[in-house]
Amino acid sequence: MIQVVLPAHLRALAGASGPVTVEVNGRATQRAVIDAIEASYPVLCGTIRDRATRKRRPFVRFFACGRDVSNEPDDAPLPEAVASGREPYLIVGAIAGG
Amino acid sequence: MSSVRVLVGTRKGAFVLRSDAGRKSWKIDGPHFGGWEIYHVKGSPVDPDRLYASQSTAWFGQLIQRSRDGGKSWEPVGNSFAYEGVPGSHQWYDGTAHPWEFKRVWHLEPSLTDPDGVYAGVEDAALFQSRDGGQTWRELSGLRGHGSGPLWQPGAGGMCLHTILLDPADPGRIFIAISAAGAFRTDDGGATWRPINRGLRSEHIPDPTAEVGHCVHRIAMHRSRPNVLFMQKHWDVMRSDDAGESWREVSGNLPSDFGFPIEVHAHEPETVYVVPIKSDSEHYPPEGRLRVYRSRTGGGDWEALTNGLPQRDCFVNVLRDAMAVDSLDSCGVYFGTTGGQVYASSDSGDSWAPIVRDLPAVLSVEVQTLP
Repeated sequence: MIQVVLPAHLRALAGASGPVTVEVNGRATQRAVIDAIEASYPVLCGTIRDRATRKRRPFVRFFACGRDVSNEPDDAPLPEAVASGREPYLIVGAIAGG
Repeated sequence: MSSVRVLVGTRKGAFVLRSDAGRKSWKIDGPHFGGWEIYHVKGSPVDPDRLYASQSTAWFGQLIQRSRDGGKSWEPVGNSFAYEGVPGSHQWYDGTAHPWEFKRVWHLEPSLTDPDGVYAGVEDAALFQSRDGGQTWRELSGLRGHGSGPLWQPGAGGMCLHTILLDPADPGRIFIAISAAGAFRTDDGGATWRPINRGLRSEHIPDPTAEVGHCVHRIAMHRSRPNVLFMQKHWDVMRSDDAGESWREVSGNLPSDFGFPIEVHAHEPETVYVVPIKSDSEHYPPEGRLRVYRSRTGGGDWEALTNGLPQRDCFVNVLRDAMAVDSLDSCGVYFGTTGGQVYASSDSGDSWAPIVRDLPAVLSVEVQTLP
């Protein structure tokens, strides 16, 4: 199981009080993890990735094992510590004003 | 006893303001969806406890929320707004072709007959319809596809479809308006559309009387006379007596014919309200005096309504969806400002008082008159 830390607004939408866990069949990539999040929490469809382009949203950032993986390809493997559930995959609302 | 419910969308959440028919004492409920931009909240005329809200941010995109209990609780419904077919392109600010991209929902217009029916006006401009309470959305693509779409261009606020008027006398007729394309009408429930901009004159476009390209800010009608339309354009207040076939200017003695909202009195179809704003680019009341202007003659002759409104050092704006009326015997008029005030008048605009003063910038105001 992969642990995912959602930003507060998405946690509220998902009705989660803390990190959520999702199961990924096959290789743990960002695409596979986000697919699994959207399958478990359909309300989050469109909030992490644009519905039309399927691209991750520019004001949403992604971290794994202390590393910013926001600009990594969708199908690049996540670190083994994330894939095995020892470390969380972090989804973070970008720091931006307004 | 009758009561009123004011639905307020702001830059940082939604608020529901409630009062009895006296409209003196208000209960403020909110923020709902704190931190999210709420472009619009509106209730079904068939089932007033059925509300729809447009919720978005630059971070997490667009959601639609639905309430079945008058705004006490909410549930997210469908947020898939997919343009039908190949989206094509419209004009960008520099005149180059720009692909149609969904950004947000500006306006939600519930059906006049079905609580599960609702229309959504979106940016980039298109009209969507849901028949299942907002769970699924289908584009009425005849609007974008009727031919002039590639000529449409965004205004400063984006290329938004912001006005949807449903004709209460003719279920097939819908009026919509787009900044900066103009007004359009369908007579067959949204299958086919045509521009209705004859008589508009916009000096800031290459052909001031072009068929499309006009920056219409808002259209209003009285439900007893759906062929009579009032328009606040980027410049000029306009009137049509033939369902948009032709327009004539009725700006008359307004101190500025620029503004965003326009509204019609609930019981007097010739009584119209606007909020003149200084422009270009300033977008605050002339002389720092916040004045609603009322015409009792269907335009042309306007009187300033100032009693209870700030008459010095006021530099707020009133956005296009931020004015509404109730239908109590003494018609109430309401508007919200970018400074976070929501003002109410319970006497057709003769006097005003703030319901609340310190909300986030107000994007929209709707009013429900409840039995």
